[in-house]
Amino acid sequence: MLVLNLIEAITDALDVEMGLDDSIVVFGEDVGFEGGVFRATKGLQKKYGEKRCFDTVLAEASIIGSGIGMAINGLKPVVELQFSGFMFPGYNQIVTHAARMRNRSRGAYTVPMVIRMPYGAGVRALEHHSESLEVLFAHIAGLKVVIPSTPYDAKGLMIAAIRDPDPVIFLEPKRIYRAFKQEVPEDDYVIPIGKAKILKEGNDLTVVSWGAMVRDVQNAIAIIEKEGFSIEHIDLRTISPIDRETIIESVKKTGRFVVVHEAAQSFGPGAELITIVNEGAFLYLEAPPTRIASPDIIVPLPKGEHHYLVNKNTIKDELEKVLKY
Amino acid sequence: MLFDKHNPQTDEMIQIMDQDGVIVRPDLMPTLTVEEMIKMYKTMVFVRVIDTKTVQYQRQGRILTYAPNFGQEATQVGSISAANKSDWVASAFRELGVWLHKGIPLYNVLLYWYGNELGMKMPEGVRVLPVNVPIASQFQHATGLAYASMYRGEDDVVLAYVGDGGTSHGEFHEALNFAAVKNTANVFIIQNNQYAISTKRTNQTKSRTLAQKAVAYGMPGRYVDGNDVFAMYAVTKEAVENARKGNGPTLIEAYTYRLGAHTTADDPTVYRDDEEVKAWEKKDPIDRFRKYLISQGHWDEEKEKQLIKEKESIIKEEFEKVEKSGFVSLEDVFDYTYATKTKLLEEQYNNIKAREAREAK
Repeated sequence: MLVLNLIEAITDALDVEMGLDDSIVVFGEDVGFEGGVFRATKGLQKKYGEKRCFDTVLAEASIIGSGIGMAINGLKPVVELQFSGFMFPGYNQIVTHAARMRNRSRGAYTVPMVIRMPYGAGVRALEHHSESLEVLFAHIAGLKVVIPSTPYDAKGLMIAAIRDPDPVIFLEPKRIYRAFKQEVPEDDYVIPIGKAKILKEGNDLTVVSWGAMVRDVQNAIAIIEKEGFSIEHIDLRTISPIDRETIIESVKKTGRFVVVHEAAQSFGPGAELITIVNEGAFLYLEAPPTRIASPDIIVPLPKGEHHYLVNKNTIKDELEKVLKY
Repeated sequence: MLFDKHNPQTDEMIQIMDQDGVIVRPDLMPTLTVEEMIKMYKTMVFVRVIDTKTVQYQRQGRILTYAPNFGQEATQVGSISAANKSDWVASAFRELGVWLHKGIPLYNVLLYWYGNELGMKMPEGVRVLPVNVPIASQFQHATGLAYASMYRGEDDVVLAYVGDGGTSHGEFHEALNFAAVKNTANVFIIQNNQYAISTKRTNQTKSRTLAQKAVAYGMPGRYVDGNDVFAMYAVTKEAVENARKGNGPTLIEAYTYRLGAHTTADDPTVYRDDEEVKAWEKKDPIDRFRKYLISQGHWDEEKEKQLIKEKESIIKEEFEKVEKSGFVSLEDVFDYTYATKTKLLEEQYNNIKAREAREAK
C-alpha cells in the first residue's frame, strides 16, 4: 500500500497506466519538464521520455484539438489544462469535436482521451482560478464527467477514465489536492465511471455531494447527527453519466433529499439531481428536495470569497430545515 | 520613418543604448527633455521598489499572489511613455510600469493583488482595461477599442501588451489579422521575457523572432532591445504616430528577460539556471539607464538614495492602507453582476446576509 494525497494519487495513476500501455501520452502547458504547476505529472517525463510526456505551447485549443487527432489515430492522450477557468479556448474543440467524433463518423473514429483540469474555489486565487464548471461539460452529449473526492477514488477513476473508450472530463478539486493522505494500492485498479458511492448509510435524509464539498458535508453531518438524526451521504463521483439508481433507492429509504454543490445555483447540477429525485421517488418524499449552492455571481477574489462559498454553517442549517420539515 | 528599413526576420535588434549606458545609435536617439527622462527613470525605479517590497509582503503572508516585473521595466515604461494620455491600454497582468505611467494609483494596484476587485476600477480618465488573466484575449479587445475610436473619427491609439507565450494563442493571431484588415490604430507589444511559466521562448515557436509574425499579417514588425528604454520609446513612438495618422497597426517585440518568478507561486529555479539569470542581470534596464543619466550629469548617487527612500516609504504607506481595507462587502460581490440586481440575486443576497448575521453572533 502507498500513502498518498489526491494529487499524488493522480500522478501514480498516470505512472501505473503509462507503464502498462505504450499508447498513453501526457501533455499540456508546463506538464513535461516542470511536471505541471501543481506537479501532477512530476517525474513522468524523466521516466517515460519527452515523446510521451511533454510541454505544449501556450494554446488550449491546440492541446485539446491535437489530442483529438492523436486519439483518432491510436494514441490515448491524457491532457492537462492548467485551470478549468482557462479551458474556454479549448471548449470549442471539446464540444464541437471531442464529444461528437464517434457520432459524426458513426463509430469509425473515436476519441478515447482524458482532459484533466483543476477546478473549484476556496484557494484564495486570482480571477478565472476558482470556477466550478461541471455542468458546462455534463450538458454535452458524448462527454463523461468525473470528480474524485479522495486519493483512492482519484487513482481508480483516473485509470477508468484512461481506459474508457470515450472522452472523459476529469475535474480535480484542487482545494483538497493536499488536504489529506490515504492508503492507495500500488497496482492498477478501476473505480467504475457512472457509479456513486454511499459514504455513510442513514435513514432520515439523503445528502449528495462531490469533490471538495464532500468533506464540508461530512463535517456538517457530524454535528447534526449529535442531535439524533441519521443521514445517508452519497459521493456522486461521476457527474455524467449520473448514477440515478443509487440516488433514487436512497431517497425511497430516507424520504428526504438535499444536494450540496460548489457550482452556482441556477441551471446547476442540483437542478438535474432534484429532477431525478422527483421523477424516481416523488411519492416517497416527506419534504421538498433541496439544493445548497453558491449564489449566481462571479466568484469573488479572495477578500470577498467567503461570501460566495457554501460553508459548514449553511449546510448544517439547510439540512436541519429539511429534517424538521 | 526611422525604422522602415528594419527587417524583423533577421537577428538585427534595434538598440540605441547599450548595456553600459552608452548611446550606440545617436541617429536614432529620441528627442526627450531631461525632465521626461527623469520621469521615466523614476517610474522604472518605482516599479522595482514596489516589486521588491511586494514580494517581501507575499513571503510574510501579507498578500496572496503577485506577478513581479523585475527586468521588464524599460519595456513597459519606454513604450507607454510614447503614448498620449487619451490613448488606450489593453494589458495582461505584468505591466506595472504601464499602469503607473497611465495614472492608476499604486493603492489600486495593490488592492487588486490583495484580492479586491475594486482595485481594477479605473479612475476617471484612465483608459486602461482591468487586469486580463486569460492569455492574449485582451488583444482582441484592443482591436475593438481601436475600431470604435476610428468609427467616431477620433485619433486615439490602442496599445496592447502580451507575453511571448501569448503569441501561441489563437486570439493573438486573430487580432493581428483583424487589425491589419481593418487598418485600426493598434500597437501590439510583446514583452518577450523568454519564459511562459517554465516553457522557454525557444520551445514556444520556431520563428526566429516574434516580431517576424507581423510579416504574415501585412504589418510592420519591430524587433527591439526591451531593456533599452530609448529603443523602446523610439520604436513605440513611431508606431503610435503612424497608427494615429491612419497608417494601421504595428507589432513590436521587446526582447527582455523576466529576472524574477512568473508569480510568487512559481519557483523558477526548477526550470532555469543561475548562470542564465546572472548574464541577464548584467543587462539590467534600470542600471543601464542610470549609467546614462549619470554620465550626462542628470543624476547622482545622492538623488538615487533619496528616490529609493521616498519610493519605499510610499509603498509602505500604501500597502498599510490596503491592509486596513479589510474584506470586500457582501453588497460589493453582488452589485456588479448586472446593472440591476435580479429578483433571484436579491433573494440570494438576503439569505447570505442573514446567515452572516447569525454567524457574527
